[in-house]
Amino acid sequence: MLDASLPDPGLPARPGVGYKAQHFNALLSDPGPAAWLEVHAENYMGDGGRPLAQLRHLAERFPLSVHGVGLSIGGEGPLDPDHLARLRHLVGWLNPASFSEHLAWSTHDSHFLNDLLPLPYTQSTLSRVATHIDQLQEAIGRQMLLENPSSYLAFDESELTETEFLREVVARTGCGLLLDVNNVFVSATNLKTSPRAYIDAFPLEAVGEIHLGGHDEDKDDHGETLLIDSHGREVVDPVWALLDYTLAKSGPKPILIEWDNDVPDWPILAAEADRAQAALALIPS
Amino acid sequence: MTVQQADFTAALLDPTRAAPPGLSDGAGRPAGKRYDVYRNNVVVALSDALETAFPVIRKLLGDQFFRAMAGVYVRAHPPASPLMMHYGADFPTFLAGFPPAQGLPYLPDVARVELALRRAYHAADAAPIAATALAEVPPDRLGDIRLSFAPAVSLIPSDYPIHGIWTANAMGGPNPKPVAESALVARPGLDPSLSLITPGTLPVLTALMSGATLGDALDLAGDGFDLSALLSLLLSQGAITALN
Repeated sequence: MLDASLPDPGLPARPGVGYKAQHFNALLSDPGPAAWLEVHAENYMGDGGRPLAQLRHLAERFPLSVHGVGLSIGGEGPLDPDHLARLRHLVGWLNPASFSEHLAWSTHDSHFLNDLLPLPYTQSTLSRVATHIDQLQEAIGRQMLLENPSSYLAFDESELTETEFLREVVARTGCGLLLDVNNVFVSATNLKTSPRAYIDAFPLEAVGEIHLGGHDEDKDDHGETLLIDSHGREVVDPVWALLDYTLAKSGPKPILIEWDNDVPDWPILAAEADRAQAALALIPS
Repeated sequence: MTVQQADFTAALLDPTRAAPPGLSDGAGRPAGKRYDVYRNNVVVALSDALETAFPVIRKLLGDQFFRAMAGVYVRAHPPASPLMMHYGADFPTFLAGFPPAQGLPYLPDVARVELALRRAYHAADAAPIAATALAEVPPDRLGDIRLSFAPAVSLIPSDYPIHGIWTANAMGGPNPKPVAESALVARPGLDPSLSLITPGTLPVLTALMSGATLGDALDLAGDGFDLSALLSLLLSQGAITALN
């Protein structure tokens, strides 16, 4: 367990955006409301070239959040030691303001499935996830933030709620949490639970970063609404409202706009970051 | 009922398998289509990665053919690493053995060009020698030197006009002529480049890249080989990092 009772205070409690190469020039000339950037760790594990050159420039200008998408913290098998070493190298090189990963698995039997796959919330999952987080925090020499997933289904075997599970992971490992408010809304809609009750039960004191993103809407076999976390459009109004509800309880937090598919021109992404700035300004003191 | 990740994975990659039991919609009904979200995510994300890596193959085959083929490939060859920048290394071999693509025998070599360009994009930075460095070698020692190549450099030999096919499809160049062309991938600065290597030059460059001396490599020169043209190409592409 890491000796850290509070999340790493590295990221400013202001809006940030997920970095896309097509926004490089816009960000360097006028980042507008974007006070920090998040990059996906795995995109910067090549040996050199433009990706690392750009990141070197950005790191001089912005606080960075490194967001891993490939470690498979929830995997049944052991963590990939090569990948741990790559993460250690990247974090050592960049010294980012924050490092985060997901409550999910993506690798099985050395097959990487390139998706964030779901976990049952059981005691055995809990001890496995806690062990893996201990190993990761040991490898990178700092606290990580663990992100809540988008859920499309439930496991019959689950014994804990997601918030009970996350609270226990924090208690066992000393990690912080990355609260994805869109994921909360998606999961609550899909599984017919209350998003506000989820926020009420969430250990907000451990939150070091908030994520917002767009989702798509579909129907399940019974005609029930099925929301899909797609990061391909604007954040919807009910998610902004849930953000307001969250911030009123949590106080100011760093807020990331994620837009990974059908990436828009910079002004559209900047407008989303502006809206996050407005939400931060609304927090009752 | 415990859902093993092995079962979850197997059904993800095999559309004929039912979703694993033990998953529900939160209201006690089987997950059904909700499980298919993951199935779809996996195949779409991996197919998108393949499309990003092989834009010219996609253009040659058309969207529909490419996506259908990608669906077959990604299920049979999921990535072995979380670094998607390496995904598709065995795609040329897959293309060579994919029956519906047999009418286009140049596809595997064009795919090798695209792989080499992506590798070059991510390759380690390396300082090339100055353009004048070769001129400083005493003429009587020139035959004994060996060249060190930048990590971004690779050579793709082919019996097909791969340089012309790639250029026509990626850059809107003229239609390729039906001749054997090999291609040199390098990275002057940060942008990968593709250069034409003629059949007369191929054995010389192959030998140089395997560590042969310039003198030994020159013995392999074929028709129309032009040493000064090859050396100025290598220098202009920042391909040489040392003279030994």
